[in-house]
Amino acid sequence: MTGISKRFPGVVALERVDFDVAAGEIVGLVGENGAGKSTLMKVLAGIHRPDSGDIALDGRPVVMHGPADAGRLGIGIIHQELELVDTLDAAANVFLGREPHRAGPLRLLDRGRMEADTARQLARIGAAIPPRALVRHLSTAQRQFVAVARALSMNARLLVLDEPTASLGAREAERLFAVLRDLQSSRTAIVYISHRLKEIETLADRAVVLRDGRNAGTLRRGELTRDRLVQLMVGRAVGVPARDVAAVRAARPDAVRLHVERVRTGRYPAVEVSLTVDRGEVLGVAGLIGSGRSELAEAICGVGVRAAGRVLLDGQPLTIDSPADAIRAGICLVPEDRRRHGVIGAMSVRENITLPALAAYARLGIISRATETRTAGETAVALMVKASSIEAPVATLSGGNQQKVVVGKWLALRPRVIVFDEPTQGVDVGAKAEIHRLIRRLADEGAAVVMISSDMDEIVAASDRVAVMHDGRITGTLDGPACTPEAIMQLAVA
Amino acid sequence: MTRKETGILLLLLALCAIVAAASPQFMSAANLQNVGRLVGTYGIFSIGVGIVIITGGIDLSVGSICALLGVLLSMMLVEWRWPPAAALAAIVALGGCLGAAHGLLIARLGLQPFIVTLCGLLLYRGAARYVANDSTKGFGTGAGFEWVRALASGSIAGVPMPFVMMCVVAAMAWVLLHRSVYGRHLFAVGRNAEAARYSGVGTRTVIAWAYALSGVLAAVSAIIIAFYTNSISPASHGNFYELYAIAAAVVGGCSLRGGEGSVIGIVLGAALLQVLRNLVNLLDIPGSLDFAVMGAVILIGAVADQLFARRGSRRGAEWA
Repeated sequence: MTGISKRFPGVVALERVDFDVAAGEIVGLVGENGAGKSTLMKVLAGIHRPDSGDIALDGRPVVMHGPADAGRLGIGIIHQELELVDTLDAAANVFLGREPHRAGPLRLLDRGRMEADTARQLARIGAAIPPRALVRHLSTAQRQFVAVARALSMNARLLVLDEPTASLGAREAERLFAVLRDLQSSRTAIVYISHRLKEIETLADRAVVLRDGRNAGTLRRGELTRDRLVQLMVGRAVGVPARDVAAVRAARPDAVRLHVERVRTGRYPAVEVSLTVDRGEVLGVAGLIGSGRSELAEAICGVGVRAAGRVLLDGQPLTIDSPADAIRAGICLVPEDRRRHGVIGAMSVRENITLPALAAYARLGIISRATETRTAGETAVALMVKASSIEAPVATLSGGNQQKVVVGKWLALRPRVIVFDEPTQGVDVGAKAEIHRLIRRLADEGAAVVMISSDMDEIVAASDRVAVMHDGRITGTLDGPACTPEAIMQLAVA
Repeated sequence: MTRKETGILLLLLALCAIVAAASPQFMSAANLQNVGRLVGTYGIFSIGVGIVIITGGIDLSVGSICALLGVLLSMMLVEWRWPPAAALAAIVALGGCLGAAHGLLIARLGLQPFIVTLCGLLLYRGAARYVANDSTKGFGTGAGFEWVRALASGSIAGVPMPFVMMCVVAAMAWVLLHRSVYGRHLFAVGRNAEAARYSGVGTRTVIAWAYALSGVLAAVSAIIIAFYTNSISPASHGNFYELYAIAAAVVGGCSLRGGEGSVIGIVLGAALLQVLRNLVNLLDIPGSLDFAVMGAVILIGAVADQLFARRGSRRGAEWA
């Protein structure tokens, strides 16, 4: 792939990126969240068409019009979210969309061939999975192997794996690596995308680093170390790694507003997380996608599963089983997925802003329209929400203004703790600064603020202190001059 | 009035004008009273089903509830000689309980509304036939509870009682849906249940109450219908009424996707269907086409809803 560029409305996702992989080579592809790894692979898979640039396979230029073309060319992509049908068995998944059939007008399924071929492919990668096993009953690792078998049965000569070990245990991951090395020795080209730099270090012959949609550098075996990768990922020379710089904080036990004590989340049930946030403090939570940040936020705010542990507010333990419980206690969430969880697009700015505290504007269950309109209007003005009127449906607003509406929902409740999950994702630069001011204002008014962000500059600039997560645990907390992008990245890829 | 409601009203008026022009009988006092009585009767349970549809659910059980409660009402008054007031209270309470049971199964256990209320449809029909021993029930001369009969067949200043009752129910439902906290939560749940939950709305409670309300309104209608027909054959009484209600709600602007609809729209939808049936009667269209006409109307409503939704949703930007 040479000179690949791809633009989305308002964003340049890829800018003249070069990428190549040879037969029998394992190439690691790394970069921060949003660096362009997935987009590049979607171009390779025929899902996106590049605006410019060329793709060549075995020296011959190819043009792909859809994922089916990539499959025909021998490019097999295993996405992070495995695209398997749960209710079908392994054989049916391996042949999904290209089922062999018997001769004759009925085109009856040739189950015998499907199962025999599936068994052969699974045996080749050393996975003992019966072809008739329902995918629903398989473990995550076994599903991963079914996906690999599917790619192999399509005669994939180029295999792309996107975060294949994200939900695998150490032993399962080892088995996958063995399979990949075996495939490598049979001349399959492999692209391995992972945030786990250790895996890249041990597995890859070469690592290609992307940053902001551009090539940031390539490291070959020998020069391929974690520190060098981190340096290329954040684009600055790594200073003295400032690990585990414990904050020298004054002993003010009364200032602790939120205390998360040994909480386990549904995604990482084996890991306990503890943290504290003071009144007036903004705690940034950094980490790569899948590091368990959102799950922690959801556990605090009653949205997700809290398998164990306690949440204390001003020293008092809370019973939180639903968002309603959390809101009653004064803990509010500005969720990551704005359209699904943050706003009700078909409802007006007014109706969205007043939804959580509606009973406060009502007598005997009947809403006082005047009070409601006044409150919503004041909030919209205070937050500088740009809308034709507060009666406009929220769906018609820009991302930044929708986000202000989400914050506006909580303002009237005077939150004691407010958790922001990716507060400026999909928000333009101007609104971004306004949201940062708003976060600071909430803290100044005494709230304890938790801000999850993948935006390194945002984390460094807007937080008082930064906790970094990796694989569900907090790998370190940084503040003051020790809080640099390099130090954060070091902890994030631990 | 919203644009949608105005549209339905204009359609209704146009239809009335056409029928009136084609058949002078339409504007006669007797015919108008009869149509008004039916609009009131069907309108009441249609409002209940409409509330359920706004949550994004469906209620298929109202016809069978109508049969079961009709049978029980007759037995309470005629065979068991209950005081009329107690019988009415029991019927309404029972309707509410059945609806609440649906609501809890759907909201607490997470069963699909279609399945739960379909089972209700089968269950209550069977119960009605069993309780009545499959024999037709009635109220005889109605001695001792004339005032109950007046709810169905009486009039106030020429306006049939069921129509008056529907107006009262509609006014209360309008306040509930369009002015109360519960109503706002109802629409929020119908439009985006997840976002509503994230905002602290007790989505399960909201949904359960919607089915309970539908049960109560089905019970109120059941009382009227029982006295209106005065002959309750448990195998056929109230057959297809759930479909009249769904049709009224959809024609009246409710979306089966949830989150859309209004009380005025549902009432206008119910009225539209009754005028259509009246049209079949008056214009000498074979009565066997009754359902075909309604089917066509529901279909048009669904197509219009789909086209509207397609125009409304702009495709989001492609993003990795």
